[in-house]
Amino acid sequence: MAENEAPHRAGLFDIRFIIGALIGLYGLIVLITGLFTSDAQVAKADGLNINLWAGIGMLVVGIGFGLWARIRPIVVPAEPKQEAAEPPAH
Amino acid sequence: MVLAAEGQLRLDANWVDYLIVALYFAFVIGIGVMAKRSVSTSIDFFLSGRSLPAWVTGLAFISANLGAVEIMGMSANGAQFGIPTVHYFWIGAVPAMLFLGVVMMPFYYGSKVRSVPEFMRRRFGTGAHLVNALSFAIAQLLIAGINLFLLAKIVNILLGWNLYISLVVAAIIVLSYITLGGLSAAIYNEVLQFFVIVAALLPLTLVGLHKVGGYGGLKDKITAAGNGPAQLSSWPGTNLTGIDSPVLSVIGLVFGLGFVLSFGYWTTNFVEVQRAMASSSISAAQRSPIIGAFPKMFVPFIVIFPGMIAAVVASEVASAKADGSKSFDYNNSLLYLIRDLLPNGMLGIAIAGLLASFMAGMAANISAFNTVFSYDLWQTYIVKERSDDYYLRVGRIATFAATVIAIGTALIARNYQNIMDYLQTLFGFFNAPLFATFILGMFWKRMTATAAWTGLVSGTLAAIAVGVLGTDVLGSLSTGVWSLSGQGASFTAAGAAFVVDILVSVAVTSVTQPRKESELRGLVYSLTPKADFHDENEGALAWYQTPNTLAGIGLVMVVILNIIFW
Repeated sequence: MAENEAPHRAGLFDIRFIIGALIGLYGLIVLITGLFTSDAQVAKADGLNINLWAGIGMLVVGIGFGLWARIRPIVVPAEPKQEAAEPPAH
Repeated sequence: MVLAAEGQLRLDANWVDYLIVALYFAFVIGIGVMAKRSVSTSIDFFLSGRSLPAWVTGLAFISANLGAVEIMGMSANGAQFGIPTVHYFWIGAVPAMLFLGVVMMPFYYGSKVRSVPEFMRRRFGTGAHLVNALSFAIAQLLIAGINLFLLAKIVNILLGWNLYISLVVAAIIVLSYITLGGLSAAIYNEVLQFFVIVAALLPLTLVGLHKVGGYGGLKDKITAAGNGPAQLSSWPGTNLTGIDSPVLSVIGLVFGLGFVLSFGYWTTNFVEVQRAMASSSISAAQRSPIIGAFPKMFVPFIVIFPGMIAAVVASEVASAKADGSKSFDYNNSLLYLIRDLLPNGMLGIAIAGLLASFMAGMAANISAFNTVFSYDLWQTYIVKERSDDYYLRVGRIATFAATVIAIGTALIARNYQNIMDYLQTLFGFFNAPLFATFILGMFWKRMTATAAWTGLVSGTLAAIAVGVLGTDVLGSLSTGVWSLSGQGASFTAAGAAFVVDILVSVAVTSVTQPRKESELRGLVYSLTPKADFHDENEGALAWYQTPNTLAGIGLVMVVILNIIFW
């Protein structure tokens, strides 16, 4: 994205980290809420503690995205982008 | 859409839900700030530097369309019509997306144009270009305003915030992340939004299915409510099309919805195509709509199913359906289900998902608008040959202006809801002839510039004529000469526009002078060497990365889905 001289990693701006962080945090919050969800609230969702289960699901997805970004980082190529330099065609 | 009376749908949000919503906004703004660091040229701002991987642009491709209108509208259709609603996805979207990736994307990406109207200009000159760019830009402002209004309305109904304050706050948030980060920020947020929406709707669907006793239980309950086969099998979908004859209904679905309307929308709408243009290579650009088609196939299960469940579980929806009440607004079905089933915690996720989809819809309209405005209108017709920095600045100003105008349109939408609906129908009429003109232009080297704009104009007029002769398609403008209304009428209008466009284009081409063939390389299929449409590294692609193979798999899967829900 940026036109630096050497190839570099997208790092935290890698969308997978962002997705992983948000969904993971959501998972954590909802999971903890699930541990304290009242019986009335559980009954609302037809007896399923959906906070707990959805929380676990989201946490797993979040961690999955984090791992994916960690294991296969995006390397931003160093070569200049010729399209950007090209004058608009008329 | 008209939303329910105040209070009836107020959700019991507590601090956990607000925390979840606040977290979402923090991420949205954070993305804008981070994306700003990578914006140095206008191509960065408008096309994300053409650097994004295909799965990102592919998800953004469908997320740009997975706005509020889609989620609320399709779950409403699910509640009202049942399974036949899947046609909007499996007939009305997936085939066109695959076609865009395989056939049309090489022209768009390969010719290095920066917008769909710009392709029009390169192929046909300024006449057709001006028609296309102007109608597109105006339509985007209108739709952005509608999205913004619905967003504010939802916040107002669900959380009880003041409508005007929600309107302005939402506009400021969208404005800040697009002016900061341009298309990258918009796309990143769309991808993020996709996951938040899935995180909200998938658990909702599962809880709902649990409640009605699985899909079998849902079918039993729908049958028990007296809506048997028509709502449980996808064909012939007479309730959806409003066409009584089953044969005509199927023809209407396949040609009207599946061919003319959906190809017109998906292959020429720059809001979506812009996402694919931001890819890193020609094959990645081709892959984005194709990759997007896979999740698109399964969106019905988390959008239409909750609607169908709401129709048997949520008392308001169920009783309205039993009475056949005409005044009931099915657009709220999803909200009723969320209110009835989700506990605090998941409730916050659901609210965040809904807000996300409204904002992403608006951001998509605005980021497509600022590109077309800056490149296709300002740079082409008004102030030419300035530095790249200048156009980047124009883009930022256009974004600001568009947001302000969207607030204005939102206020108009609040007071004149019907007019907005009809205007949207009207703008829909531009799409069908556009597709006809593009596809002729790409495959027929003789087609002339005069043919292009006369075809576009007469096709659009034909659609409007059908609308005027029909019943209630364009409100009081419709004279009701023949009794065609609803979906059947839009299918006919689109079909007429398509046929008239082709006939006029062919007729005019035969009496006008075609352009020199040497000027059309990269723009017309027969005049473009195959090598132009290939990347140097195309040979290194694995089988699952070749667009045609992927599209083939997608086509087989959508046929199977159609058969399962026959």
